[in-house]
Amino acid sequence: MDAPTTTKATALDRSSIPGWGVDADPENDPTYPYRDRDKDDHSGKWARPPVQHSDVEILQSIEHKQRPAVFGTSTPPSGLSGMMRRGAFKYSESHWAHWLMLMGADRVNMVEGIVQDLARAKIPNIPAEMGMRSEWKHNRKGLVTKLAVTAAMGAAAFALFKWAGSRDRDGSNDRH
Amino acid sequence: MRAMDYRGPYRVRLEEKPMPTIEHPRDAVVRVTRSCICGSDLHLYHGLVPDTRVGQTFGHEFCGVVEEVGSAVENLKAGDHVLVPFNIACGQCHFCKQGLFGNCHESNPQATAVGGIYGYSHTAGGYDGGQAQYVRVPYADFGPEIIPDWMDPDDAVLLTDVVPTGYQAAEMAGIKRGDTICVFGAGPVGIMAARCAWLFGAGRVIVIDHLDYRLEFVKNYAPAEVYNFRELDDLVVFMKKTTDGLGADVCIDAVGNDASGNIWQTILGKKMKLEAGSAIALHWAINSVKKGGVVSIVGVYGPTGNLVPMGNVVNKGLTIRANQASVKRLLPRLIEHVKAGHIDPKAMITHRVPLEDISDAYHIFSKKLDGCIKPVLIPNAA
Repeated sequence: MDAPTTTKATALDRSSIPGWGVDADPENDPTYPYRDRDKDDHSGKWARPPVQHSDVEILQSIEHKQRPAVFGTSTPPSGLSGMMRRGAFKYSESHWAHWLMLMGADRVNMVEGIVQDLARAKIPNIPAEMGMRSEWKHNRKGLVTKLAVTAAMGAAAFALFKWAGSRDRDGSNDRH
Repeated sequence: MRAMDYRGPYRVRLEEKPMPTIEHPRDAVVRVTRSCICGSDLHLYHGLVPDTRVGQTFGHEFCGVVEEVGSAVENLKAGDHVLVPFNIACGQCHFCKQGLFGNCHESNPQATAVGGIYGYSHTAGGYDGGQAQYVRVPYADFGPEIIPDWMDPDDAVLLTDVVPTGYQAAEMAGIKRGDTICVFGAGPVGIMAARCAWLFGAGRVIVIDHLDYRLEFVKNYAPAEVYNFRELDDLVVFMKKTTDGLGADVCIDAVGNDASGNIWQTILGKKMKLEAGSAIALHWAINSVKKGGVVSIVGVYGPTGNLVPMGNVVNKGLTIRANQASVKRLLPRLIEHVKAGHIDPKAMITHRVPLEDISDAYHIFSKKLDGCIKPVLIPNAA
């Protein structure tokens, strides 16, 4: 006898199960009232909307049975970050690799954005993009303190490197 | 047209972008008249949501005037002033049929866990959002609601997310008359959840935050008892003591993954991204609710894991209820509440900002400067 090559789930005859459904209580539903269970036909089929057509590259979760009918066409994947995003979508949403690769791609994309600006001869005004004007207006003391602390830490780091460099040079002389 | 443009964590600016077009027979193009910055936009702004691409326009809370409709849209026409739910929902898939319009299965290729959301990363479908002069609105024959003549557009724009999310937080809590409700977070959604808890018959409403100006606002607006967690030795012990040793009947997490209050959650989640943001508000909610109680979650979390005390969820026999608000389902009731004066959404608006000042608006809201509770952007085209 040939062995079956696939195993297919078959529905049990529930009437043969003693006590099946005797305590079913439609009122006992923690999703009430925001889910209308009467409309749940337990099927993955419905009358689908017309499907959107686009030339834009759309990455798709491998958990989807089919591409959703409508999607956004903003900022398609590109460059190194795009390659990373394509790699991420080889994994399901359940994999950390999927999300960590996307987060990594986001950071790469940030650098790509600056490079794109410079390539268009546009120097990004990063303080303005970060809203520093409002910080100056509403939290001047905090901003000045932050700048002073940053400057002091920078000066200290510079002095430390300079001191370490001079010690290295002195040490080199000793070894000779 | 001019639109907000994301450049990376903590960096946004205004850019000239192409006009949106009809890409699907059920699309519309809307000229934006009001657009809010939402607390959950700050999660994008802070770089906490995966697949947030440089160049995207944020904005999922907006209303505007219909400019153009696709061939399949028969219920709207050019000139209609509409409010647009933040969920992009087809109205006919397995989930929409059950009223789960925040979980539409026909609007987001990039993820199955959430439906499409305007301007909320590619994890929510890759749509450009409404912090712009114009925006593409998919499934326009189902989602948008024509703003009643009597309604102030400032109220209408807050019905796209903040009000329904706060209302659903209270609704999911299964509040019984006389229950004690503890809301974590005095942002706009927490404020609205506290207000709506009374509509469901709460007996006592407590709000927890660390920003005194927001606590002062919700104290009068909801009204509610308010406490600054930074002034309490141990928030959970305080909650037990103030509820006769039991804990609150219901805790609502209206904070999400940007929560302050625990150094380790901040380092692991917000700085190192080793969990999906800081989950300290949810941690407190689980530990402050009484045994057999309900934790209702509307705070936004990322798709990876979070450190929360699941053992206590089991041992206390808690019910956890959570979802993105199903805006379309709730709108008829909420419009009635606004008309009856039960809810005054626009009272939460503290800042009206021209689109040109988008960078400053994000910074002010993010840093909680100038008493900011809710900023509304007014595009020039309005």
